[in-house]
Amino acid sequence: MASAHHDEHPTGLSRWLFTTNHKDIGTLYLLFALLMFFVGGAMALVIRAELFQPGLQIVDPHFFNQMTTMHALIMIFGVVMPAFVGFANWQLPMMIGAPDMALPRMNNWSFWILPFAFTLLLSSLFAPGGGPAAGWTLYAPLSVREGMAVDFTILSIHMMGISSVLGAINIIATVLNMRAPGMNLMKMPLFVWTWLITAFLLIAVMPVLAGAVTMLLTDRHFGTHFFDAAGGGDPVMYQHIFWFFGHPEVYILILPAFGLVSQIIPTFARKPLFGYDSMVYATASIAFLSFIVWAHHMFTVGMPTAGELFFMYATMLIAVPTGVKVFNWVATMWRGSMSFETPMLFAVAFVFLFTIGGLSGLMLAIVPADFQYHDTYFVVAHFHYVLVTGAILAIMGGAYYWLPKWTGHMYNETLGKWHFWLTVIGMNVTFFPQHFLGLAGMPRRIPDYALQFTEFNQWSTIGAFLLGFSQILLVIVVVQTIRGGKKAANKVWEGAEGLEWTLSSPPPYHSFATAPKIK
Amino acid sequence: MSAAHGSYYLPNPSPWPVITSAGLFGLALGTVLAINGVAVGPWLMAIGGALIVYMMFRWFGQVVGESEGGQYNAQVDVSFRLGMGWFIFSEVMFFAAFFGALFYARQFAVPWLGETELLWPGFDASWPTAGPAGASFTPMGAWGIPALNTLILLTSGATVTWAHWGLLKDNRAQLVVGLILTVALGITFLALQAYEYVHAYTELGLTLKAGVYGATFFMLTGFHGFHVTMGTIMLMVILVRSIKGHFKPDHHFAFEGVAWYWHFVDVVWLGLFIFVYWL
Amino acid sequence: MSIVKPRRVWQSRAMVAGLAGVPLMLSSGLALAAYGLNLQPPVTPTAWDILGLHNLIMIVCLVIFVVVFSFMFYSVFAHRKSRGAKPAKFHESTTVEILWTAIPFLILVTMAIPSTRVLLKMDDTETDAELVVKITGYQWKWQYEYLDHDLSYFSNLSTPRDQIENKAEKGEHYLLEVDNPLVLPVGKKVRFLLTANDVIHAWWVPQLGVKKDAIPGFINEMWTRIDEPGTYRGQCAELCGKDHGFMPIVVEAVSDDEFNKWVNVRKTEMVAAAAAADKQWTKAELIARGEKVYQQCVACHGAAGLGVPGVFPALKGGAIATGPVAGHIDIVVKGKPGTAMQAFGAQMNDADLAAVITYERNAFGNNTGDVVQPSDVKARR
Ligand code: HEA
Ligand code: HEA
Ligand code: CUA
Ligand SMILES: [Cu+2]
Repeated sequence: MASAHHDEHPTGLSRWLFTTNHKDIGTLYLLFALLMFFVGGAMALVIRAELFQPGLQIVDPHFFNQMTTMHALIMIFGVVMPAFVGFANWQLPMMIGAPDMALPRMNNWSFWILPFAFTLLLSSLFAPGGGPAAGWTLYAPLSVREGMAVDFTILSIHMMGISSVLGAINIIATVLNMRAPGMNLMKMPLFVWTWLITAFLLIAVMPVLAGAVTMLLTDRHFGTHFFDAAGGGDPVMYQHIFWFFGHPEVYILILPAFGLVSQIIPTFARKPLFGYDSMVYATASIAFLSFIVWAHHMFTVGMPTAGELFFMYATMLIAVPTGVKVFNWVATMWRGSMSFETPMLFAVAFVFLFTIGGLSGLMLAIVPADFQYHDTYFVVAHFHYVLVTGAILAIMGGAYYWLPKWTGHMYNETLGKWHFWLTVIGMNVTFFPQHFLGLAGMPRRIPDYALQFTEFNQWSTIGAFLLGFSQILLVIVVVQTIRGGKKAANKVWEGAEGLEWTLSSPPPYHSFATAPKIK
Repeated sequence: MSAAHGSYYLPNPSPWPVITSAGLFGLALGTVLAINGVAVGPWLMAIGGALIVYMMFRWFGQVVGESEGGQYNAQVDVSFRLGMGWFIFSEVMFFAAFFGALFYARQFAVPWLGETELLWPGFDASWPTAGPAGASFTPMGAWGIPALNTLILLTSGATVTWAHWGLLKDNRAQLVVGLILTVALGITFLALQAYEYVHAYTELGLTLKAGVYGATFFMLTGFHGFHVTMGTIMLMVILVRSIKGHFKPDHHFAFEGVAWYWHFVDVVWLGLFIFVYWL
Repeated sequence: MSIVKPRRVWQSRAMVAGLAGVPLMLSSGLALAAYGLNLQPPVTPTAWDILGLHNLIMIVCLVIFVVVFSFMFYSVFAHRKSRGAKPAKFHESTTVEILWTAIPFLILVTMAIPSTRVLLKMDDTETDAELVVKITGYQWKWQYEYLDHDLSYFSNLSTPRDQIENKAEKGEHYLLEVDNPLVLPVGKKVRFLLTANDVIHAWWVPQLGVKKDAIPGFINEMWTRIDEPGTYRGQCAELCGKDHGFMPIVVEAVSDDEFNKWVNVRKTEMVAAAAAADKQWTKAELIARGEKVYQQCVACHGAAGLGVPGVFPALKGGAIATGPVAGHIDIVVKGKPGTAMQAFGAQMNDADLAAVITYERNAFGNNTGDVVQPSDVKARR
């Protein structure tokens, strides 16, 4: 590096506060997500502990609702999204042969908004009347009538929105503008593709969420009547705007996971990804369809029949491109030469368990059936299958996959496998019984339930604690790997393909100071 | 000072982003406290806001310095363009939420309320309306000030383009005059909007509280007005920079970014004029 | 007793029964017993249709699942490096890619057809309803108004507080029991008009197969026709604040005769209640009655009148409960707009209001000694 001596490398705290380096920022994002996973997870454990038995034992109903609301907001905006951005920061420049992200200072800003935003959100727990309790969807008019915690939430959502939009802009600029010569679009690794499309979704829908909560804010404090029938508004209008954001949002939470899995499986099957082109097109179709299905969250609000039919058909269609992805992954494994190191275990479990969540999603899309499922634990089971055994498993798999590259050390394989099995068992014990609870008629968002729901709830709680405490293993593995361990080779995995494996482990400060040659 | 690596430009660590985030936090927390009547709220808002403004000066100042210092190559220029373009797209989506609300209220919510005899007997569901329980008001006509404002904004779009032509031909006088005209038109627009707001509040009974019409009217025009204000400030900045001799015919991203922004504000206004005032 | 058999009932019941026998991944199969692993046993044509549809799509999904993952697991076991598998080189095949796009699409079409049919049937508005009930959701209770019978009342959770707080053993219908159930005649098409008073609620009785949101300021419609007499229980299914989990629904389906009898009894009771409002009550009578009525206030203000700081005001030593009587009556009768404090004047008769106000002014150590008579309440309406 010709001019390396020009670089400033502050150390200590200011390294992390002022950094413009994609790897440092990636690390910050990932550690932040890990921390928040424990905060959001602790809240989930409060929920599960209260639901262990019928009756009110631990928390009062108002606090229970605060836990549900905060748990979801933290898991979505504080865990899964930042974790994906962390991966993007570390990996995108390395995968496309760039030295760094396109807009490094803005990159730092995107990250540093987040700790402040979550401080604001969490501090609402200490506001008079406690935290927000209207559910993560903040439906009007309930959220209009609640205390000042909702204002904390609204403003923190604004901050998270700014952070995500800036992050997404940066990713698009990086992918479109920083590729090494010869790295044309259809040569990009799939993780890059899925992030490119996710970034587009983020820019398209985060501002809409900002608009929705701004209307809430003015309805609350400035006398507008967006969501109040007396003034010609409509509470259901809030739901339409929210879900116009909300449905693309759930694909924001899964597309990068698809990308991660599409990197991992070919590596350990020692066989190129099957159907690369169709993977790209499928991702794009999912993104497109995600804009025209939002009202499947609102089948019970009393839409005209034609509307319900349209949203049902459009939603069902998403099964086709998603199916293509699942089939491609299976075909990649088919007649490969597979080995099952920890990342591969996570990826295979992802394919299997995500599909359970996807299929229950398809059932939810069937309007008449959704009249029975809606707002029950069946829905809770569905989205935890796609989010926890989907997004979270993929994130963990991705972390094991690249941790040796990032730290230069191999992780402890035995501990990794223990972590995997305990996690996967915990997840299924937690969330599988919730399908039955929902079908039997247990509504979601309740702190207490009728006696016939006891047994499955107990299983679910036991599973949740197993799952929660197994995550301590994850922390141990990560800390151990950062601090030392067997030296990792440049090409950590035998079957790995891609530019990041041509760099040293850990990679140099500016990944590709000169553009690599692409075959 | 920043360092160039091979053909790449990579900025050094910078304190501005994290401090700006702190300012944002102050502003947000201050807003929450202020609207809930906590006394420190407005102070916190002021401090946070001031911090953000100060940081913008430093941050953008540094960027301008680096740009004029010739540190930015063509690749950086493209990154900036992509950044600005997608940022404007995000703004479009923000407005889309409010246009969506207007559309939904008009096409669905209000007509349905009109059919709900059981709850709102005798409600006449014709647009514009303040809803079944709202007070009456006079809506804002399209062909007075709003039409004039349309003309003003369209003209300002032309003047900024004319200024751009000047820049491309390296005709600095045309550049500066064009920008001065654009800024003047922007300020005129804002003044007329302000006058119209006063008129609406004092004489028409049209307020933020005037049902869903008042809400969508003021939120859309209000956010638009805010964006015109930001755009005008940005125009002033590039005006000052033009007077100082910044920008070259082949290197003037800041100018183009502001011009794009200004056109965007213009297009949003056309939407407003058609859907809020006219139809 | 006339039980109208649903059209095409053979089809859905046969389908349901047939599919229930299919051995499934779920170890115990599709138990149709109450509160088993599947939806609750249907008692209306709609609920039967939904159960049929649900079983159909679930089986389709299970079959797809099993097929796809038998490939994957075969591969996971057979194509391992440790078993000497050499990686193949292929990475695309237009034929299979077209196939696995087209086949799922066709499967979806076959699922969409019966779904559409059931939905259209549910939205049927052509046949006239024989009874219209307006349902209004309140935080946290339901109001039922029989529009043709000029009859209206509230339905509250009747599970004692002690059971919820684990101080007493929980009853069989813990949290699914109410003081005044909704009584409906069997075999008649009943139309529901749904709305809400404060926030969105949703009225759901699984065995009837109906769920719809009750939205303030709007009316939603749905209908049902119950085949079998019985008691059917459900819950509010949209988060509506603190006691969302405590606003159950109980439907009592009875024969036509019984229904008419019940309507008459109900009406006589209402007349009697109105008469009670005119007499003078003793303080002891008011307090005794007030303590019962106060159960409806416990959710927010607490059994000991302590409220929830910052959310629900305390009554113990509170400014209103120990302040002027008139102010106290006003807030209970007219409510406080924009908060969970409703206008109870619309929900309770004068006697109940007088009783509960007297109770609040003398309980929790408030000991103001005030006595509020029903006539006092009437005067301030
Ligand atoms: C990562 C997040 C994620 C993902 C990927 C999905 C994916 C899908 N979701 Fe889910 N969903 C959520 C997160 C997600 N969802 C959340 C958070 C909620 C609740 C929000 C709230 O209320 O709080 C929710 C709620 C929700 C509802 C509303 C339920 C209700 O409230 O009543 C519906 C209804 O249609 C739905 C449908 C679907 C569908 C059809 C898919 C599809 O994309 C799934 C497609 C995948 C498959 C189908 C499996 C693989 C395919 C094959 C193997 C091919 C062959 C298959 C067939 C031909 C059938 N989801
Ligand atoms: C990505 C998103 C995500 C993730 C990862 C999770 C993870 C989990 N969720 Fe969550 N959940 C949602 C998104 C998510 N959830 C959403 C959107 C809702 C809907 C909210 C609404 O209705 O508004 C919801 C609601 C929800 C409910 C329903 C609540 C209700 O309806 O009232 C339940 C109940 O079981 C639940 C459980 C869990 C559990 C057990 C986990 C587990 O995976 C968590 C794993 C546990 C840990 C990681 C714990 C680690 C902590 C310790 C070991 C203790 C030590 C603590 C410290 C050191 C601080 N979730
Ligand atoms: Cu009423 Cu939930
Ligand atoms: Cu969705």
